[in-house]
Amino acid sequence: MSAPTAAVGRAQPRLEGREKVTGTARYAVEHPADGLAYAWAVQASVAKARIVRVDDAVALAEPGVLAVLTYANAPRLAPVESRELLLLQQPRVHYRGEIVALVVAESLEAAREGALLVRVDYDTEPHSSVLTERHPSLYKPDKVNPNFPTDTCVGDFDAGYEAAEVRLDQTYRTPAYHNNPMEPHASTAHWWQGRLLVHDSSQGSGDVRDTLGRLFEVPAESVRVTAEHVGGGFGSKGSPRCTPVLAAMAARHVDRPVRLALTRQQIFGPIGYRTPVIQRVRLGADADGRLAAICHDAFSQTSTTTEFAEQTAVLTRALYAAPHRRTTHRLARLDVPTPSWMRAPGECPGSFALESAMDELAVACGIDPIELRIRNDTDRHPEDDLPFSSRNLVACLRDGARRFGWADRDPAPGVRRQGRWLFGTGVAGAAYPARSPVGSARAEARPDGTYQVGINATDIGTGARTALWQVATEALGVPGDRVRISIGDSDLPPAYVAGGSTGTAGWSWAVDKACRSLRRQLQEQYAGSVPPGGLSVFTDTAAEVAALEKVARYAFGAHFAQVRVDVDSGEVRVGRMLGVFATGRVVNPSTARSQLIGGMTMGLSMALHEEGLLDHRFGDWVNRDLATYHVSACADVERIEAYWVAEDDDRVNPLGIKGLGEIGIVGSAAAVANAVHHATGIRFRTLPIQLDKLLQHLPAG
Amino acid sequence: MRTFRYERGTDPGQAVTLVAGEPDAAYLGGGTNLVDLMKLGVARPRLLVDVTRLPLDSVEPLPGGGLRIGATVRNSDLAAHPTVRRDYPVLARALLAGASGQLRNMATVGGNLLQRTRCYYFQDVSRPCNKREPGAGCSALDGQNRDLAILGWSPQCVATHPSDMAVALVALDAVVEVLEPAGAREIPLTEFHRLPGERPDQETTMEPGGLVTAVRIPALPYARRSTYRKARDRASFAFAAGSVAAAIDLDGPLVREVRLGYGAVAHRPWRARLAEEALRGQPATEENFRLAADEELAAARALAHNAFKIPLIRNLTVRTLVELTEGSVEPAAERGR
Repeated sequence: MSAPTAAVGRAQPRLEGREKVTGTARYAVEHPADGLAYAWAVQASVAKARIVRVDDAVALAEPGVLAVLTYANAPRLAPVESRELLLLQQPRVHYRGEIVALVVAESLEAAREGALLVRVDYDTEPHSSVLTERHPSLYKPDKVNPNFPTDTCVGDFDAGYEAAEVRLDQTYRTPAYHNNPMEPHASTAHWWQGRLLVHDSSQGSGDVRDTLGRLFEVPAESVRVTAEHVGGGFGSKGSPRCTPVLAAMAARHVDRPVRLALTRQQIFGPIGYRTPVIQRVRLGADADGRLAAICHDAFSQTSTTTEFAEQTAVLTRALYAAPHRRTTHRLARLDVPTPSWMRAPGECPGSFALESAMDELAVACGIDPIELRIRNDTDRHPEDDLPFSSRNLVACLRDGARRFGWADRDPAPGVRRQGRWLFGTGVAGAAYPARSPVGSARAEARPDGTYQVGINATDIGTGARTALWQVATEALGVPGDRVRISIGDSDLPPAYVAGGSTGTAGWSWAVDKACRSLRRQLQEQYAGSVPPGGLSVFTDTAAEVAALEKVARYAFGAHFAQVRVDVDSGEVRVGRMLGVFATGRVVNPSTARSQLIGGMTMGLSMALHEEGLLDHRFGDWVNRDLATYHVSACADVERIEAYWVAEDDDRVNPLGIKGLGEIGIVGSAAAVANAVHHATGIRFRTLPIQLDKLLQHLPAG
Repeated sequence: MRTFRYERGTDPGQAVTLVAGEPDAAYLGGGTNLVDLMKLGVARPRLLVDVTRLPLDSVEPLPGGGLRIGATVRNSDLAAHPTVRRDYPVLARALLAGASGQLRNMATVGGNLLQRTRCYYFQDVSRPCNKREPGAGCSALDGQNRDLAILGWSPQCVATHPSDMAVALVALDAVVEVLEPAGAREIPLTEFHRLPGERPDQETTMEPGGLVTAVRIPALPYARRSTYRKARDRASFAFAAGSVAAAIDLDGPLVREVRLGYGAVAHRPWRARLAEEALRGQPATEENFRLAADEELAAARALAHNAFKIPLIRNLTVRTLVELTEGSVEPAAERGR
């Protein structure tokens, strides 16, 4: 970290990059501890049952096994909002894969062997694990994640739709998706003199600290949770999950520090996933493609323990103009693990349906799909009737079209064949809320001329640490090598989790304010020099956030994809992806680009590869590793480009920063699916688009 | 993970004696499959005998042509071997189509032949599987079976053999040299893997304790015109949805000889003898290639999710043979759009 000028807007390598690639950066289960024991989770092999008996005798006889925790002997937990966290408290199974016992041993291997030897007898009951749009348990939740109205209605959709010249009514289906961060969920827990220290793989250690305090009925000040380095989360570590709770229970039970890491196979369920979604989209337009009516009805699933309502249709409330509009969300309560956040919950699946439907409407109207979107642009939020702080959807579409070479496109589907390949291109629009949550930070000037900035932000691999250091350095107006930034520790000033694309906006604001306050105090009270005892300031942005003017705040984007389809095999390959985004001021172009192409690739993966394969007889997914749950690999991404348009938005927040962790995945699956249609003439409304689904329609087949 | 002993094999005879003397013993090659299965509790050996330092790591030309490939030759090395690349491109391509660079650097030839099915249910000890536990039932038969067999399966097991390399080898008439407790023996690769029948837990015709020591490929001059085509769900690091190994020898417009191997269709790498027979002596036309594939696939019985494999294998058969005979065969009239 020696770059002397670390100005905001300048490409900057990650501060901790060297430690990461040389293996010295410590992740949750890499922190040493004296007398460490290892835990291994035992999962339910049935979907719905009462546990009759747990036979741990053979497991306890295994050399090295210290304890088997079950509902019968595990420490009691006090209630918290998420019932998913009340682990090992009752002899009940709510879904297949639920953790029903925890084996603690002297070694990882002994714990794993012990887990295999635990016998659980169940009294099973019939289960229901398949989402349908007619499931008897469907209900209307009170709100959808995190706090949106469940249904909205503007104008008179039915009348507007009936009167429309062109009507489209289609249903889109996406399967369960599993977050699969590179680092599975993992924790090391240590009780010491009534205090609890947890190293956790989390997107927000403050929430984990508070939740552990409540569960174990100890004051939050007695709990410290660190998450210095986190190997990805994609939302699955956004709120406290099972691992820190189980590790802390085990550590208390055996009175030793305990390490618990879930395996790849074990994270398919207990840590959350993206719900399967069924979406009906109806669009009514005039012959020129101007929308008169939009309706988006979404069906998704939740569990029997905790409600999670994916906000699938909220994107449709903001993206296009239409006088008559309706959105609804319904949930089926199934015997499944609780779905949760996965990169752009709501907007991600919602955009696949809406942006596929827009492509279908463009075809139906005989209008270029970019032109269709431009015709339906709006300068006010169509449902909230607020101005946008900035709205550059059209600029993204136009800039992308120019870069991609869209002008030469022949709209006819299924006609571009070279050798054994059919070629096609597709486009999709994108939007994602640009929130700036309250945060606090401390900035300290030290007598040796260095500066220490602290905030409980989390860097889950995004580059947040580096971006905040750039912001701090600029605000302090000193060379970067004199500024140190500390994050990922619940003892630091509280800040929001790394989620909802809020980090760089909200945290930067707090860091900027603390650093500028410090700088001003140094100048005003100490004539610009640092007092012998140093100077520290702590600030938060609560008042500023509350005073933000009422406008609609969104990032926008446009995706372009070129695909080819092999007529013999049905294999789909993506030759090019290009995204243009309007995300305000970009702090670090290097890591920003990484976030954007990462999101775009995850959308490609969703379009073509990812699918949790449910076996309804068992009630869970059978492809539970990365060999069988396919995510796009490097070879699947042949050429990928991300750009951003210049956007000076001082109404979104004072720094003009919009988050960009999620906008990359919004719409990218639709762009790929739309390109497959353009290549083949076949419209896929169910993902993933795999070779077997194409094969039956292709000329050679 | 069950505690196990580790022994290093010093010579093949000693290794076989060690494994034969212990009921729950296994040979350890590259470990790219076995170690995973041990972690999952699918394989629970008490003794591992490491064979990677046995003197079985060379590729030698045979006096009358052909190659003898030691069992511990790494997949990467075999794929890069100049003779393999020149004389048996089908084998080099099949090897490179498999797994990832890192895995190929570890995986051995013997281990590749003996790798286990990637059927979801086999790899998960919480679900019944006849292959893992005879008599437990087959979860895949009425479960998620898109990746599984269309040929030669039984109601007891619908698993496929996952190897790419073996599909090329079976087309090349490879012979497996094994050392069993009773002595050395040779088994044609076509007879090395069993069909599941009533005993899907018995995967090969080797005696218990047998060690693969080498694979021999006979001379096949026309294999210089050979190729491997693998269709898969993603561009890299995916098992085949279906694959075809092909070599063809023309006599003017006629097929003099042809070899076809099919992958991801059965419990063993599938030698398509019926298709070969149908083509021998016939004009090398796209239509005949198609008819030949249909001849082989007439016996195919699709499961709920894998009917696509029948047209897929047919298309890949036609396409690989057309490509191998490009220039020497009259193209069929362009079909479709």
